[in-house]
Formats: sequence, structure tokens, C-alpha cells
Amino acid sequence: MSEVAGPRSLQYETPAHQADAAMVGMWLFLATELLFFGGLFLTFLVCRHQHPLGFALAGRNTELVIGAVNTVLLVTSSASYGAGLLLIERGSRRGLVLALAVTAALGASFLILKGFEWRDDFRRHLFPGAGFGLSGEDAGGAQLFFAFYFIATGLHGVHMLVGLGLLGWLALRARGGAFDRGWTTPVAVVGLYWSFVDMVWLILFPLIYLLGRAG
Amino acid sequence: MSVTFEEPTLRAQVHPVRNYLTEDGSLASWLLTTDHKRIALLYLGSITLFFFLGGAAAALMRLQLITPGGYIVAPETYNRLFTMHGIIMVWFFLVPSVPVTMGNFVVPLMLGARDLAFPRLNLFSWYLFVAGGLVTLYALFVGGLDTGWTFYTPLSTNYVQGALVAAAVGIFISGFSSIATGLNFIVTIHRLRPPGMTFYRMPLFLWSIYATSVIYVLGTPVLAITLVLLTFEHVFHVGVFDPSLGGDPLLFQHLFWFYSHPAVYIMILPGMGVISEIVSTFSQKGIFGYKFIAWSSISIAVIGFFVWGHHMFVAGTSIYSSIVFSLLSYLVAVPSAIKVFNWIGTLHKGFIRFDAPMLYALGFIGLFTVGGLTGLFTAALAVDVHVTQTYFVVAHFHYIMVGGMVSAYFAGLHYWWPKITGRMYPEMYARVAAVLIFLGFNITFFPQFILGYLGMPRRYATYAPEFQVLNVLSSAGASILAIAYAMPLFYLGWSLVYGRRALANPWGATGLEWQAASPPIKENFVVTPVITGPPYDYPRPELVGRHV
Repeated sequence: MSEVAGPRSLQYETPAHQADAAMVGMWLFLATELLFFGGLFLTFLVCRHQHPLGFALAGRNTELVIGAVNTVLLVTSSASYGAGLLLIERGSRRGLVLALAVTAALGASFLILKGFEWRDDFRRHLFPGAGFGLSGEDAGGAQLFFAFYFIATGLHGVHMLVGLGLLGWLALRARGGAFDRGWTTPVAVVGLYWSFVDMVWLILFPLIYLLGRAG
Repeated sequence: MSVTFEEPTLRAQVHPVRNYLTEDGSLASWLLTTDHKRIALLYLGSITLFFFLGGAAAALMRLQLITPGGYIVAPETYNRLFTMHGIIMVWFFLVPSVPVTMGNFVVPLMLGARDLAFPRLNLFSWYLFVAGGLVTLYALFVGGLDTGWTFYTPLSTNYVQGALVAAAVGIFISGFSSIATGLNFIVTIHRLRPPGMTFYRMPLFLWSIYATSVIYVLGTPVLAITLVLLTFEHVFHVGVFDPSLGGDPLLFQHLFWFYSHPAVYIMILPGMGVISEIVSTFSQKGIFGYKFIAWSSISIAVIGFFVWGHHMFVAGTSIYSSIVFSLLSYLVAVPSAIKVFNWIGTLHKGFIRFDAPMLYALGFIGLFTVGGLTGLFTAALAVDVHVTQTYFVVAHFHYIMVGGMVSAYFAGLHYWWPKITGRMYPEMYARVAAVLIFLGFNITFFPQFILGYLGMPRRYATYAPEFQVLNVLSSAGASILAIAYAMPLFYLGWSLVYGRRALANPWGATGLEWQAASPPIKENFVVTPVITGPPYDYPRPELVGRHV
């Protein structure tokens, strides 16, 4: 990164030095995010261990098709984002803006589908509490499952919204000519975040949609 | 530390025309500043406020406990008072304390840097802290809550009276300020060291801040998700942690202490870093066992993540896990003891000066040792069954948190006061306050060891009459402590206007922060210094000769 031509704050020697620190900072932030979601996954697995039948019952009542389509959308969005980064590194601002637009469209589709999924879940009274839609002796475990389901997909959705905001900010700046061959660091930093949110989903997808259906 | 400067540059740094305080006096320039030194002062003001709020709650509790019947407040109010005391002191004073004030101020200076790696993030962290603090204060003043600062379930989810959600949200928000601060320090220490400063040439304060930051970054998010789950359960009555709804209350304790035990080390490691600086400076002697002290900070941070189970010895966890956690808890005492022995080794044959920072530091060493050793009692399974949930535990952790960390906080505040303000504090008042704090502290908390050993349980508004003498003694000590803690507020405030002007290096210390002017210019250093030698490069005592 010796030819970085971006801005430089007073505490850095060179723009490359600053760009490097920004990347380190985002990696470290993702480490904190890993611990954040890690606590959630741990709690999920402990409760699943204690209520295997309830979790299986609930897992069978999730919308596999929407979950699977959403997985495809997100993985594709990371690919298009990666393409955008490659394009701006080759000097194509138009390419970057286009790639950001495609990524944002895929991310927004994910959230819209997720919204439909939540609407169906509410219709079937799957939100835990009085009048819960599933009955039988495993209903208690199923309620726990759906508590996690709403917390996990909710927190993931909030991260997606933040990501969409960042994409919009990058696209506006890119259109204004802020980035070029020598200055791509913000694009790379946001890319780390976007891919991380993607990877959280890659763990959530099997936990929510697949485990209960296996066997 | 050996530093090379061009001669004209040196002169400009010793006698600056302007400094970071006089640069721009407008309110906006303070509230929108990205200067790490000004942000340190913003934090200093905020946490001082919280310190006295939390202290006021403690004072009411000690008043209540003068008589066995406790006629000052109702038991329900008493429960709210100790909850308020715990929440404020842990999350809004001890956890931020040294890192956000002295850490913010001196980390870049010690590195010869002009600022932290992410100055805007630093400012943002202060706003998060204030926002979290305001939400928590709202919770505490619309009626508070009665769960204790630990929020144990199912008490907190089903039976709590009061503003649990607001308190949890406030702590959640302020947690992100911790994360931002820790992230900033780690990146700064990795990326902004000056030419020639290897890790082994860093002052030990930086090692301890680094270790603390690792815990900030890795521990706090787990608390955050735990609070999210807790709040969700409290609002929607879905039992993640509630056994009657199919949840597991022990799971909450595991998650909570996975953060909160490492957080104990957040609350002591920075203090240890301050003490390492001060002991060396006021002995005018290189630190004894530099690498041992440095790596013991890292060891404490790492081992600290594997001892949380010792909070649950009587909670119904398996005896085998208790044995493992007991052994690991003993293990964490080793690096702590290494530090104490090395500080004493540093004092040996040093040219010791008893200025106020040194008095506070020596107080720290004694009180921390008592707190640490009684930690070994509570880490022993059989003894813990006897003393857990008694005043013995209260005394134990106050010896670490208050006797240790608050002493270190005052030690550092006095030590760097000339650098921060450009003024000397009045030495005699400061020494009196240091001695009073030490005495008041011991009179307050030593009786609590005995009370706990005799079986007085903690967290009750009333107690059996045979405990009264020791409780009165404890409350009397608390009144001394209250006055002693208020003293610095007055004489440090006085020194801002009337204090003698400080030289750049009033203590004859090594360390880059003393090469900058007092107070420093906005950019800290005109040119980036080059490091050519080890830290704490004092002449060897045998070469200096006899005491003057």
C-alpha cells in the first residue's frame, strides 16, 4: 500500500500509515462483534441442548425457502462488493458505484424478504408469549427457539441496516470522485464489515433453518 | 529514556507560546474537540461526578448501618442504594477511570505521537459514555432498581421493582464507549510507536493499558449481548434465563461473569501501570524486572478470562468445574504477586521521595496485597462456602477496587497533574489527603473482614445487634474517607488558579510525556522523537553514590 494517496491526519507519517491503521481498527472491531454474536450462539446452543425436541419442532416451522433465498442473496452481495473493490483498484469509479448499487439492492432484497418472513411468523403467532402458535409438550422449548430467532435475526437486521447506510455513504462519495486507484481504504474497510455481517448469517442459517430438519 | 532533539526544537517545547488549553476557549471547541488531551479532561469531569454520586449512595448505606435496626432508610430503599452504588462505581467510575483520563492524556505523549489513532472515535466514545450515563441516571432517579449491580436472574427478570430496562440500556450504551476506547488504544500502541520504540522500550503503563484494552474489546461485547437477552426476557417474558419458563439461571451467571470477572482486571490493571511508573520515578531507579511486570499484565488479562466460575462456587455448578476454577484463580495470583515483588525490588536501594503520588502508590501496594491475599481465601472452595455472600467478600473486593484502584487513580492524577494543568498541586495538603485516605480506608473496610468472618451477610439493611461495634467503626472510617476524598477536589481546584507553574519534568522522570511542555502544545511534539535506549534509564544507585 505504498502508493496510497488519501488524506492524512496529523498523527500519521504517511497516508499509507493511516490507511493501514484504519484496516487494523476494523479487524479489531469485528473481533468485538464476534464475541457479541458468539455469546448469542453459545446461549442458543446451550438452550438447544436442554430442549432438543422443542428446538427441532420450532426449526421445522421456519421458512426454509426464504432463508435459503436470503443466503444466496447475501453471498452474492459480498461477491458484487468484492467486484466493486477490484474495479476501483483498477481506477473505475463508475464500476464501483454500479457494484455498490447492486450490493445495496441485494441487501435490501434480503431485508424485504426478511420482513415478509417476520410478517408470516407473526401471523402464525410464532412470537413467544401468551397465545403461542405451536402447542404440545415441546412448545416451551419452541418458544425459547423463537425468542432467539427474533433476537438473532433482529440484531443481524440492524447490522444490515447499518451496512446499507454505509453503502449509501460510499456510493455518494464515490460519485463525487472521492476514491480512485490510489485511495480505496474506506471501500476496503466497509467491505470487511459487510462480509462479516454476511458470515454471521452463514452461521445463523444452519442454526435456524437446518438443525431442526436434520434427522 | 534516551531521546534526541534538535536544540531549537527543544527550547520551543519547554516554553510554548500557546498550549492545548489556551488554543481556543470556546465551548464548541471543547465539545467538538478531537484532541486526546481535551477529551481526557471531558472524561475527568464526567467520572468525577459519577464518583461522588456513587460515594453519596455509599455514605447513606454506612449511615444506615450505624444501628442494627437501620432507621435511616427503608429496606427497599437500601436495596436501591447498593444497586446504585454498584452500577455507578463499576461502570461509570472504575471501568473507565484511569484509561479514559490518564490513559487518554498520556498514551499518545508516551508514544511521542500527536494523537490517538482514531481521534473522532475517541470523542464519540465520550458522547456514548455521557449518553449511557444519562440513561442510567434516569433509571436510578425514577426509582432505581433492587437487583444489585449483578442483575441475577430470575430476580432481575421476574421480581425486579424499578427501571431495569433503562439501567440495562444505559450500561449497554456505555459499554460501546469502553469498546471504542480499547480499540483506539490497541491500534495506537501497535501503529503509532515512534521510531526506535520497540515493545520492550515502552513504559509499563502502556503494557498495562494494552492488556486492559484487550479485555475491553473482548469482554464488553459479551456483556452487551447478555444485557440484550436479559432485557428481552424481562419485557416479553420468554425464559432464556428463567427456570419456570424453561431457561437456565446459571447461564446468565456464566455470561455475566465472563465479562464481569475480566472487568475486575479492567479495574486494576491500569492502576498497576500507574504504580509501575510512580515507583520507578520516586525511587529514581530503573524498574526491577521490567519484562516480568510487562508480561504479568498480559498474563493477568489472559488468565482473567478463565476464572469466572469462582463467582458460582455455591450456585450449584459441578464440583469438578469448581475445582478447575479454584486452581485457575490461584494461578492468576501469580502474576499479581510478581508485580508486587518487583515494585518492592525497585524500591530497594532507591533514592525514595515521599511526594504525594508516592504515598498513594505505597498505599496501593499495601492495600492491593491485602485484597489479593484475601482473594486467595475466597478462591479456596471450602473457605468460600463459609465467607461467600458475607462482608468478607465486600471487604476483599473493596481492598482491590477502592484501596487499590482508587488509590492508583489519585496517585496518577497527582503524578500527571503538573503535565495536565501546567500547575503544581499543594504538596502538604496532598500528602495529608493521601494518609487520610489510607487510614480512613482501613478503618472502614478492615472491620468488614471480621464481620464477614463472624457471619454477617452482605446486602441487608439491618443486622444482628452483636455486630454493632464493628459496624460503627466501619461507618466512622467511612466519614474520614468521605472527607479525604473530597479534599483533592478543593486543593486541586485551587491549584488550577494559584498553583505554582510546573516545569516540563518536575519529578525528574524518564518517559516521553515529560519531554513535552507542561501543559503540552496541541500537537504534543513539534518533531517526532527518536528512541535510542531502554525505558526507566536512571543511573544505577551504586554509581550515584550516597543519599543526598
